[in-house]
Order: sequence, then structure tokens, then C-alpha cells
Amino acid sequence: MIVLVNLLAGLLFGFGLILSGMANPAKVLNFLDIAGHWDPSLAFVMGGAVIVTAIGYRLAFRREKPMLDTRFRVPTSRQIDRNLASGAVIFGAGWGLAGLCPGPALVSIVLAAPAIFVFVPAMLIGVAFASWLKRVASLQKA
Amino acid sequence: MPIETDFTPIASAAGGALIGCAAVLLMLMSGRIAGISGILSRLIMPGTDSKPLQAFAFIVGLIAAPLVWIAVSGHSVAQTVTENLPLAAVAGLLVGFGAVYGGGCTSGHGVCGLSRLSPRSFVATAIFMATAIVVVFVSRHIVGAGQ
Repeated sequence: MIVLVNLLAGLLFGFGLILSGMANPAKVLNFLDIAGHWDPSLAFVMGGAVIVTAIGYRLAFRREKPMLDTRFRVPTSRQIDRNLASGAVIFGAGWGLAGLCPGPALVSIVLAAPAIFVFVPAMLIGVAFASWLKRVASLQKA
Repeated sequence: MPIETDFTPIASAAGGALIGCAAVLLMLMSGRIAGISGILSRLIMPGTDSKPLQAFAFIVGLIAAPLVWIAVSGHSVAQTVTENLPLAAVAGLLVGFGAVYGGGCTSGHGVCGLSRLSPRSFVATAIFMATAIVVVFVSRHIVGAGQ
């Protein structure tokens, strides 16, 4: 059941990316290009998503635990450290170069633009490498 | 020359609301953040509490979304992607690495984190938006090599 919910959430998330225009890198880049033909649409994506999520989360967190699992797994760290800042700079640089972030990149696979078949494997390598680095760091701390 | 795109406030806000519904559904049911880079990380390098099968199901849904969308709506999904393959490779590496290293991407920090009023997510979102704006400015208006 919980696996099915995850599948449904992934589908819904994908529909949102498509409907909003976020799955189109040209639109993303035009949003980021404040000195060019600026397309402010993505601010509305962000706004719509944050309003719904903020209200929905508030209602969800009234419960002691999620409906299909034993506890909420929400990040508790409030520390603003070097990893957070350097990761965000690196991510932002990549996002600005191609106009693709992880969700839209995955949604784009079946649309089969040639660059996607380069971008997605490279992204997975990046994810694996950073995950490994973090794993090593957390083992050293323990 | 970069192609122009239409300003679509209604479709974009509605799409954003759908993304929000997906995030709320995931939290309400399974108690997890709908952050794509985090979900990918759980799948690629599972830890003790990663539940990779759940992560896999979410990713399958995301990848299948355009097929279902096209089948149901009858519309294609318009998209213009760079044709510069080396640039795509570099961008992919940076996006994947930076998102996991910084603890989240546009979805994890930008949507879920801001909705929880997480100070880390406000800082991360401000930094990656600012960086991306600078990169686009340099590539389009200074170097002129962007698409």
C-alpha cells in the first residue's frame, strides 16, 4: 500500500512539473534570466506548491504519526554549515547551465531529448558520489 | 538566441499546487519529505532507514508521468533542451552532487523546506537561486554561449 502511495505521489509530482512548465528547461532558464525575456511563471509554481504544502503539512503534523508508517522523518538540523552553502552553490551552477533540476530531469527521460541521456547519468553519478562522501563523513563522526 | 516562453501564471500555479498535493500526500501517508535528490540518494545508496522500494516507486511514478499525461490529455509535452552534450554532462554532475551535498534541491529545500519554515532551506534556496541567476546572466549576456 505504502509503495502504491509513493508511485501515486511520484505521478502527481510529475503532472505538476509538466502542467507548470517546470519540465521545460527553456522556461526555467527564462525565469532565471532576469536581464533577458524574463518569464516569471516559475515564481507561481513555487508559490502554488509552497502554499498547498505549508497548509497540508500543518494538517498532517496534527497527527502523531503518518497514516501508513510509524513516524515522520523530517530533517531536524537547524545548522547552517559549509556543506549546505557549498552544495547549494554547486547545485545552482548546474541548474543555471542546463535549466534542469532532478525532478524535471527524470520527467524528461521519456521525452527523449539527446542531452537528457547525458544529463541524467551524470546526475546519478553526482548523487552517488555525494551520498558516498556524506556516508563516509557520518561514519567518521560516529 | 534564447527562445521566448509565454508567461503562464495560472497553469504554473495550478501545477505548483499539484506538486504541493504530492508532497502533502507523501508526508501524510509515509511521513517523508518529497525531495527528489533525497529520494534518489535513498535509492542509489540505501542506509538503514531508506526504504529503497518506496523510493523506487516514487521515481517510477515521476518517470512515467509524461506517458500517462500524454495518454490522458492527448497533448504532447513541449520542451526545449540544450543540444550541447558536454555542457549537459557537466550540469548533470553539478546538479546531482550539489543537491545531495547541500541536503536538497528545488523540491526538498525549495518546496518542502520553505513550507516547514526551515532556516536551512531558506538559506539554501536563496543561495542556489542567486547562483543560477548569475550563471544564466554570465552564459547568456557575457559569454553569449548559452542556448
